[in-house]
Amino acid sequence: MRNRPLAAPDESLADLRVERRQNLLRLVPIGEWNVGQSPRLDSLLQAVRPEGAHEAEIDGSNLTELDSAGAWLLLRSKHELESAGVRIRGFVLPDRYAPLVRTMEAEHLAPVKHAVPPHGFVYFVERIGRGTSHALSQGYGMLGFLGRVTVEAIEAILSPRRELPVPAFVRQIEETGLTALPIVGLLAFLIGVVLAYQGADQLRRFGAEIFTVDLLGVGFLRELGGLVTAIIVAGRSGSAFTAHIGTMRVNEEVDAMETMGLNIAEILVLPRVLGLMIALPLLTFYADVVGLIGGMVMCYFDLNITVPVFLRELQSAITYKTLLVGLIKAPVFAFLIGLVGCFEGLQVERNAESVGKLTTRSVVESIFLIITFDAGFSILFSIIGI
Amino acid sequence: MSGNSNSNDVVIRVHGLVNAFNGKVIHDHLDLDVMRGEVLGVVGGSGTGKSVLLRSIIGLNHPVEGSIEVFGTETAGIEASELKGLQLRWGVLFQGGALFSSQTVAENIQVPLRRYTHMSQELMDEIAAMKLSLVGLPPDAAQKYPSELSGGMIKRAGLARALALDPELLFLDEPTSGLDPISANQFDELVGSLQQSLGLTVFMVTHDIDSLRAITDRIAVLVKKKIKVGTIQTLVHDSDPWIHEYFSGSRGRAALAGVA
Repeated sequence: MRNRPLAAPDESLADLRVERRQNLLRLVPIGEWNVGQSPRLDSLLQAVRPEGAHEAEIDGSNLTELDSAGAWLLLRSKHELESAGVRIRGFVLPDRYAPLVRTMEAEHLAPVKHAVPPHGFVYFVERIGRGTSHALSQGYGMLGFLGRVTVEAIEAILSPRRELPVPAFVRQIEETGLTALPIVGLLAFLIGVVLAYQGADQLRRFGAEIFTVDLLGVGFLRELGGLVTAIIVAGRSGSAFTAHIGTMRVNEEVDAMETMGLNIAEILVLPRVLGLMIALPLLTFYADVVGLIGGMVMCYFDLNITVPVFLRELQSAITYKTLLVGLIKAPVFAFLIGLVGCFEGLQVERNAESVGKLTTRSVVESIFLIITFDAGFSILFSIIGI
Repeated sequence: MSGNSNSNDVVIRVHGLVNAFNGKVIHDHLDLDVMRGEVLGVVGGSGTGKSVLLRSIIGLNHPVEGSIEVFGTETAGIEASELKGLQLRWGVLFQGGALFSSQTVAENIQVPLRRYTHMSQELMDEIAAMKLSLVGLPPDAAQKYPSELSGGMIKRAGLARALALDPELLFLDEPTSGLDPISANQFDELVGSLQQSLGLTVFMVTHDIDSLRAITDRIAVLVKKKIKVGTIQTLVHDSDPWIHEYFSGSRGRAALAGVA
């Protein structure tokens, strides 16, 4: 029995004496054979060879301590000697260790085999193939999920028996919208400042400083405001959706809901997606305003464009259509973020690693989709001439 | 099962422990001594703070008041990660196993070996295989991830990890809950034989009256925010209604047939 902390390998604490007498090999372990000493004892025992001995004896009566690591080393030597054709004449241990050694001897002991990690060209091709088919099945799964959510959403809305989960829905608006105001505001303001500064720098060369205002107005309202807000929200709320639903899956909460006949889409997905579809356009409008204020401040300090002049120029540069073109994209982005976030959350397997992996994937996928759809909108708007 | 140790040798000494959460007192000046080499079973109704007691002892929960000494070192109010010297001397099996999900079972067992010893990878593999067979897991379990194991296998793998450094003191949090009766019996036998052969002191939170009968030397019952310690023989005749019901209810009677 040990009553001290583990000690580092040390000759004076544990040792092995090897004695040879004619055909007899005697192994005499001495001292504390425990896990702390085992690295050194391991190499001592590895060095022992039968060298013509026909019989062997392991005499552990001088052991002051033996734990399972020490016992394993002795048993291993015993087995190795036996398989080398050496007869074991005696295996003596203090009585108090007999139960331990009996328990261990009863078990078949095979060392752990490490799988060799695959490599090479075939593996490289295999990985590409696997990745491709995974991406395709991911897309297919997402499409199926979209269908399921749509059907269940319609059912939930049309069904007179059920009440829509209004409190959950309102809480989502608060969590994804209201609490995002500081960060969205700060970033929109800074982007407004940067855009005005860079724009002014370029346009000054043509003496067209005043068009900085047009650049700001059109750039922010049509594209940047919506894009920046959607990307922040994807990182902030999309990841939260995945992590939350994913952890619920790890805890078997989702399974519990399903066995109770509860509608997953109605309880978990709809409040999040609908909440975000309300919150994101509002956030986008807020970002537009704050971004323009940022630009306005910069114009005042950098170009001496006063606020009334800025506003007059802005009025002539943009129409309500410019604003609407930007805002109309927001619910679509919100839908994408919510859908991807919830979908990936429901894909989580029952382990901690999976939550992290799918949360990352959820953010990457939703930002990818946001930018792809934004490009699509640009093409669409140019075709219909807005 | 004890008797191989000096009865004055106290491994865990809890004195005047007070735990409260949000004003609700769980432990009210609770005292408990755990002797070297004994198996102590801790029982109590739901919410009586069995796990809280265990967590307080191993430094995961900071008590409001009181002192807890493990191997003569105060653990109350000290961060769990600062109890380094002690952590080499105890092993903990958490209720859900608490295996690291991103690592295989063998890697899980090797975490403490890697951290605290300088073994070669070969020796660590051998030790891992040995621990697995000690806890009755097949060799192929070594390369599996925790998510691929059944509940009983997770418990066994968790025990193998707790035993990795051959600790003197073993904490078990409901080790047999969720196991079928045969596995639970095997688990009890396993803990009993390991306790004997390694001279372990075992602190076991459990609900399983069969385990209590099979391997514990003494039983600590959490009632009325305090602890009552005794053996099955003495506790059966206790006047407290909860203890009476616990040992004399139909399950208790069946498990203890022939004891009292």
